Amino acid sequence: MAKVLMKGNEAIGEAAIRAGCKNYFAYPITPQSEVAEYLVKRLPEEGGVFLQGESEVAVGYMIFGAAGAGERVMTTSSSPGISLMSEAISYIAAAHCPAVFVNIVRGGPGLGGILPSQGDYFQATKGGGHGDYHLLVMAPDGVQEAVEMTMLAFTLAEKYRGPVMIMGDGLIGQMMEPVEFPDDLKTEPTNKDEWATSGMDFRKSKKRNLVKSLFLDPTALNDNNLALKAKYQQMKEEEVRFELYNGDTDYRVLITSYGTMSRVCRTAIDMLKEEGIEVAMLRPKTLFPFPEKAVFEAACKDSCKAVISIEMSMGQMVEDVERCVKGKRPVEFYGECGGDIPSPEKIIDIIKGLL
Amino acid sequence: MGKTFTTPKALSKNHTHYCPGCTHGIVHRLVAEAIDDLGIQGKTVGIAPVGCAVLAYNYFDCDFQEAAHGRAPAMATGIKRVRPDLMVFTYQGDGDLASIGMGEIIHAANRGEKFTTIFINNAIYGMTGGQMAPTTMGGQRATTAPAGRDTADTGMPIRMANLLAELVTPGYITRQAVLKPQQVNKTKKAIKQAFQYQMENRCFSFVEVVSTCPTNWGLTPLDALKWAEDTLLPYYELGDFKVPE
Repeated sequence: MAKVLMKGNEAIGEAAIRAGCKNYFAYPITPQSEVAEYLVKRLPEEGGVFLQGESEVAVGYMIFGAAGAGERVMTTSSSPGISLMSEAISYIAAAHCPAVFVNIVRGGPGLGGILPSQGDYFQATKGGGHGDYHLLVMAPDGVQEAVEMTMLAFTLAEKYRGPVMIMGDGLIGQMMEPVEFPDDLKTEPTNKDEWATSGMDFRKSKKRNLVKSLFLDPTALNDNNLALKAKYQQMKEEEVRFELYNGDTDYRVLITSYGTMSRVCRTAIDMLKEEGIEVAMLRPKTLFPFPEKAVFEAACKDSCKAVISIEMSMGQMVEDVERCVKGKRPVEFYGECGGDIPSPEKIIDIIKGLL
Repeated sequence: MGKTFTTPKALSKNHTHYCPGCTHGIVHRLVAEAIDDLGIQGKTVGIAPVGCAVLAYNYFDCDFQEAAHGRAPAMATGIKRVRPDLMVFTYQGDGDLASIGMGEIIHAANRGEKFTTIFINNAIYGMTGGQMAPTTMGGQRATTAPAGRDTADTGMPIRMANLLAELVTPGYITRQAVLKPQQVNKTKKAIKQAFQYQMENRCFSFVEVVSTCPTNWGLTPLDALKWAEDTLLPYYELGDFKVPE
């Protein structure tokens, strides 16, 4: 299929449809309301369901209900809205339901701002809601990857029967880029007869299904948590995705960066190369599961003297980087999160300061 | 003579955890009878609330989902919108529906969502142990209102059926009770009617049921029935508040 020029938010909406998701519930919030404005037109053409809920709290449970009934479903929001949805996300994880959440991150905390940020890394990767659960989190670095990851998110949500998050940022949502859509996702959700509340009449077994998260018996609750843990372990083994940029050189510094920030770092790396300074970048595409082994190995290359995590936050992913580097190299951090994105020149200055 | 009294198919054989004299058991049975009468067990999905009925799925025999506190109407919206061919009902208490879930019920009713809500109003929080609910009567004692509810401080009890009937969107909004056999029969009719409106894709349907909580009221089951009759019914007037045209 030929490339088309699309705004990130609209491309995410289109990607969901092409992934076979015909159900979308959302509440307006800047900077991602274009997803809803796009889907309110597109979903009726596909015979799908569009509903604007009364709050992100309610939308979280509309998603839970639809997912529990075994239908593909997505919502999109931005940081404060994801905070409100986090209650439902915890329940959805506990009840083993597949659903896709897109967070077009804006600056925080509180109302923060409406400009791009990566300040929700902790929320996305370490919890957000209560209890022992994780989201599978993917972080696109542009519109093309946002499309590919959104489509993949449905496959992974169904593979692991759990919530998957796309963590973009305001820039990815708002910018236009040429994008090529992969082939439509043809697969149907598997095994849903075994767990979804799709109505007993509609299943061969005629046995009823329960979608729930209450386990008053301590052994049963522990077992449910062990089942979740086993899924996260499998994700760590099968779903780690990352890119190592300029990694085949004798780089002296390793940058870790993701999403929009990684694009600026890429430019800085290219500019430094022209000066004869080799720097590499490890870009996690999955923030959970985190590319632990890849970060360690890239940091431990003989030529590499230091690691620096560069983020549009006050220092969040850097904690995972430190964990993975295990003290083998110094780990530095640079970040801004008011909404301005650090320039390549700024990154170059920072890198040179490490040499 | 044939069998005249059996367990409804839509009820499980499990013993309930409800206290002696609690009227949840009656309402569960009425819901199950309505499901049987309409032959919809195989396409019904119930939503359990948080509160005493959180384990309702142990007592019904149909698909069930379990919501967070107050969120059942949003969950029901999600199910019904993506599967309009299913019959969906929420079963909620007054702490769940009238306090923490006020936003969800108002908006679901106002959108005219085509599901049914069974609302158990016993004027108190049951599961958490007798705290004041938005429906607690003035002067009624609760663990968080030990001297009795002071309405000057906490407002007057909320009449959910009256409130929802004020919405302009068409709906079936009724308040019934299960304190006497005649009332039980009327409640059964109302629940069946509510499901029928849903089957016809007519409107949102809401059956408030004035119920008892002997344990947290500190009364015997019989005294609880009398107290509800004398104290709750004058304020929570029974009858249809809105019917679809």
